[in-house]
Amino acid sequence: MTCITSTKHAAHRTSRAIPHHDSQKRGAAMSWRLVLPLAIAAVTFSGASGYAATPSSVQAKIRYCKDCHGLSAQGYRGYYPIPRLAGQQPQYLKNQLRAFINRSRPNPIMSNVAHVLRPGMIDAIASYFHRLHPPPIGGGPRGLVAAGRSIFENGVPQDDIAACAACHGPHATGRGEIPRLAGQLYHYVVKELSNFPRERGQNPAIHGPSFIMLPVAHSLNRHQIRAVAAFVSSLR
Amino acid sequence: MKFTKTKIATFAFVISSAVSLLPAQAGSLAVRNCTWCHGPSAQGYWPAPRLAGQRYRYIERQLKSFARHRRDNPFSRMYMWYAAANLTHESAHALAFYFASLHPKAANDGNRDLVAKGRAIYQQGVPSDNVAACVACHGPRAQGIGGIPRLGGLSYSYLQDRLAQWHDGYDAAALHPMPHVASQLAPNQIAALASYLSFLK
Repeated sequence: MTCITSTKHAAHRTSRAIPHHDSQKRGAAMSWRLVLPLAIAAVTFSGASGYAATPSSVQAKIRYCKDCHGLSAQGYRGYYPIPRLAGQQPQYLKNQLRAFINRSRPNPIMSNVAHVLRPGMIDAIASYFHRLHPPPIGGGPRGLVAAGRSIFENGVPQDDIAACAACHGPHATGRGEIPRLAGQLYHYVVKELSNFPRERGQNPAIHGPSFIMLPVAHSLNRHQIRAVAAFVSSLR
Repeated sequence: MKFTKTKIATFAFVISSAVSLLPAQAGSLAVRNCTWCHGPSAQGYWPAPRLAGQRYRYIERQLKSFARHRRDNPFSRMYMWYAAANLTHESAHALAFYFASLHPKAANDGNRDLVAKGRAIYQQGVPSDNVAACVACHGPRAQGIGGIPRLGGLSYSYLQDRLAQWHDGYDAAALHPMPHVASQLAPNQIAALASYLSFLK
């Protein structure tokens, strides 16, 4: 706590010092470079240590998640596809929320959302959504399901593409930090696989399972991506 | 006497089905019945919102919810319940399609001083107050998609009323999540959002 308070004070001191540098552009730029990380750290730590989550604040936050992710967290097709959280692996959900906070997974909306989560909330939210089991919302092209199943179960040996089932499990339920894909939105899976490096792999300093997916996603062509997405989105 | 009544009823039925089967075109009776209130080019006329450029699936769904008395704020009760009462599925579809095809103009009638605040709420939400970011569903230019309505350029007063009415418990059966999202908004946040959206093209 002492350390956090001092970080906050440091940020305050530095930010107060900025106007003095206004006339010197370079100086101002330098001080911003110092202030920004400090300010971000201060906000992050104060958010994380300020006050713990109460049961009612966790309930309100879960209701807030459902505003976008659907009433039973089945996912929602807004202007952007908003992923299904229901049945998702808790460890994966926690990792993603942390990735939004440290911006290794760039998503302006979710960064802001994740930044204000109080300690205890992340665990509670992750285990809550894991327990939900609504049917998939569907909407993927049915004609591609069989081709998708084949890629999911056997991979594409001639293109060096591993079987998805090897890591995501025979029923695409995921395990630990590997996400559940079963019932995920077709358009969301297509979007993630089509832009995998941009969606998930921006910070090479942070190694995680996303980096295992990077070459796999890169090897899949558009048709294969659509087929796999159609298959997993149809699974219960 | 009884025979005359039956004849009148049959005649009325035939006329009303014929009217509802007419394609919705500028100048047609069905369209004129809408534009009396919604403005000659459907750009809205207080308190009736702009229909031009609205998503047709959204218009269709609203017509249905007026007819079923689900959208129950005072103006809906007073006007739209009757206007939508006898629309067939086909005529609702034709009207929705017609109005969706018209070019929308921005109302530009919000408070310019609130635009920056409204833009921030629209694009980022207010996560600390559990206010969702509108952009996720309504799109980067508030153009809407599918059954999700276009908000950009609607009039300040309509947007403000609509959000405040959800806040007050009207139209509670509207599709998830708007009744809940709007109930999280404070009056000054509603004013900021309505201002920002009224200037969007």
